[in-house]
Amino acid sequence: MLEKALRGNKSYFAWIGFLLILVGMGFGFYLRQLGFGLGVTGMSRDVSWGLYIGQFTFLVGVAASAVMLVLPYYLHNYKVFGKITILGEFLAVAAVTMCLSFIVVDLGRPDRAFNVLLYPTPNSVLFWDMVVLNGYLFLNIFVGWTVLEAEAKSVPPPKWIKPFIYLSIPWAVSIHTVTAFLYAGLPGRGFWLSAIMAPRFLGSAFAAGPALLILICLFLRKYTKFDAGWEAIQSLAKIVTYAMILSVFFVLCELFTVFYSQIPEHMYHFLYLFVGLHGHTGMMPWMWASTILAAIALIVLINPKTRNSPGTLAIGCAAVFFSLWIEKGITLVITGYIPSPLETITEYHPTLTEIGIVVGVWALGFLIMSVLYKVALTVKTESA
Amino acid sequence: MDDTRRSFLKIAGLSMLGFGAKPVVDAVAGAGGPKFEKDPKAFNGKRWAMVVDQQKCLKAKDGCKDCVLACNSAHNIPSFNNPKDEIKWIWQTSFEHAFPGQENPYINDYIKTSLKGLPFLVLCNHCDNPPCVRVCPVQATFRRPDGIVAMDYHRCIGCRFCMAACPYGARNLNWSDPRPFIKKENPEYPTRTRGVVEKCNFCSELLAVGKLPACVEACKEKALVFGDLEDPNSEVRELLRTRPTIQRKPQLGTRPQIYYIL
Amino acid sequence: MYNAGKIIIGIVIFLALITAPFWYNLAKPSAPPKLELGTQEKQCVESKAFMQANHMVLLDQWRDEVVRDGKRIYVNSAGKQFNMSLQNTCTKCHSTKTKFCDRCHTYLNVAPNCWDCHIAPKEQEKLAGRSDK
Ligand code: SF4
Ligand code: SF4
Repeated sequence: MLEKALRGNKSYFAWIGFLLILVGMGFGFYLRQLGFGLGVTGMSRDVSWGLYIGQFTFLVGVAASAVMLVLPYYLHNYKVFGKITILGEFLAVAAVTMCLSFIVVDLGRPDRAFNVLLYPTPNSVLFWDMVVLNGYLFLNIFVGWTVLEAEAKSVPPPKWIKPFIYLSIPWAVSIHTVTAFLYAGLPGRGFWLSAIMAPRFLGSAFAAGPALLILICLFLRKYTKFDAGWEAIQSLAKIVTYAMILSVFFVLCELFTVFYSQIPEHMYHFLYLFVGLHGHTGMMPWMWASTILAAIALIVLINPKTRNSPGTLAIGCAAVFFSLWIEKGITLVITGYIPSPLETITEYHPTLTEIGIVVGVWALGFLIMSVLYKVALTVKTESA
Repeated sequence: MDDTRRSFLKIAGLSMLGFGAKPVVDAVAGAGGPKFEKDPKAFNGKRWAMVVDQQKCLKAKDGCKDCVLACNSAHNIPSFNNPKDEIKWIWQTSFEHAFPGQENPYINDYIKTSLKGLPFLVLCNHCDNPPCVRVCPVQATFRRPDGIVAMDYHRCIGCRFCMAACPYGARNLNWSDPRPFIKKENPEYPTRTRGVVEKCNFCSELLAVGKLPACVEACKEKALVFGDLEDPNSEVRELLRTRPTIQRKPQLGTRPQIYYIL
Repeated sequence: MYNAGKIIIGIVIFLALITAPFWYNLAKPSAPPKLELGTQEKQCVESKAFMQANHMVLLDQWRDEVVRDGKRIYVNSAGKQFNMSLQNTCTKCHSTKTKFCDRCHTYLNVAPNCWDCHIAPKEQEKLAGRSDK
């Protein structure tokens, strides 16, 4: 079936070519990092995780969100999602691949990555994260591909695939829960030490992932022959709306606990985030941008009129996506380190090399997504 | 290319280690040996710990850093001279940074007047319940039976999960090759390579041959006292019995094993 | 089976390709390098044959015993004791790393990364010191 990705019009190949160039550029920067060490990034002794792990965290959410299509479609037989469930699954494949790439580029000794398998360590959350992420990648490739292949042959999907589909539902929840546990179990990092971390992660994931899917569906509707169906898009929009409300609510819960209890180790981080601490305001513009985008998103999405019109819906979804990208991809990880456990403040500024690698990995993800979508859409439009 | 081959060899080597090493040694072994043993001179503690006596430190010459310097040269610690890349096993910092959350205007006043603004020594606490060990995905950092939280630089993958987990900022990544930044190499001790995490090892290499940690040896005022907590007659136990001490962030349940006499 | 012939040819080409480096290496025999021990000492920690074949395994084992189990003394098959240390024991005899370790490793095209951390013996100074005597 993969050969279907080799046929396409000019703009398809221009897009693929563009992505390949970005991937190549990112790889070039990565070679630089391999040669010198992680010192080429803006990370430091105090802020020892940065953009890479931030992107990883955000993308785990995007990957997990496939469940928002799989669950209604397969568990509740919600036929409307029939056309786009595969898009969710393939989005998950691309997102998990990006996650794994971000982990690898973040390692100080990537040549030793296999030590995680050679010395399996069940008490480490990172070990479990590797297990669930790889499992999820496998499940989504396997399920998506098998179902699509059946569709290409115009036969119903084989029965034995069902257990894998059902397994993928709790598995999606597990990847984001385990990723939240990376943070939520660390003593002495007041910003992350919160039981609501996992629910908050899931809330934002189920908003950001489907928001991206809506944007993709709107794009495909406009520029290709593939139409996901307005009803499907509307259902997704409702999911995004509720998830976004929950996500904001969870953050407000966090703010209440922190500011009402007034425990300094917890409060300092939030102060740094929103108003700056001892004159350091590095994260402030980002956090306010995210807050304003979230407000716009809520206004646009809660109002049925604006939710129901493609133009404003696109604005709402873009606002959701970027608001949460800032929140999880940038501020969540970095603010955990500021102030440090010794209550010193070292700010973090990513370097050009680091940003280049980040762009490269994103391009790789878009490349995988474009190719898989090309295959899926060709099958869908041919069999329709 | 070199890197892939290297990692291939490493995997090959490791799998050999897992499945093949024992038979090989057995092959030379015959009846009599070979064997692995501890040095008979080694200090054998059950729970190593350290007491830092600020009152004694106060008697030293102004700006004394003998302990820090001794550690740096014993362990080939590079000096990058910038806080971003800096590597520190033991260092001096002010009370508010060493004990955040415990400061108040009056204790700050005490430190300023009675302790003459003396800085506090901070290092890895060799926690009894170490979060760094809990999170490491490859057991590159591990707790030895004698309580020392050790590092295996051969195994560390540089994920820095432990740096996020340590509540005392005791851990350092080698953001680049440290060798060019080592002032004078100590030929007895290895350096580290880029991409691995390092921290204080309580001088386990010295304890193994019956010597005290380098910082303890270096302090002329005997402000650093090292010993075995399980031995009721040890000097550390005597100090803990007779003097009130505090630990850094004991409320986190890490059970830190560096005790401070103010 | 469809296209059995083509598949078999394909497999053969594939095998030829992935094993190419081996054939390539077989095709260019070269003389093994001459190694200089850098010492008068006749006996290593184990027999010459054992060390030639297994020094890397032995070193890995030393590493694990020292780092992970805190055992630092190796009692060899003859009952003789050694401090298990690449840097403080091995290189005391094998004092010319470039003419011993490196020559063979280069010849065999292996690049162990021991020396990224372990400090290699200072060869020039050693030789100078010897000629003083
Ligand atoms: S002080 Fe930090 S590095 Fe040392 S044992 Fe405790 S948690 Fe680990
Ligand atoms: S950086 Fe090294 S020591 Fe720290 S958790 Fe990762 S593998 Fe373990």
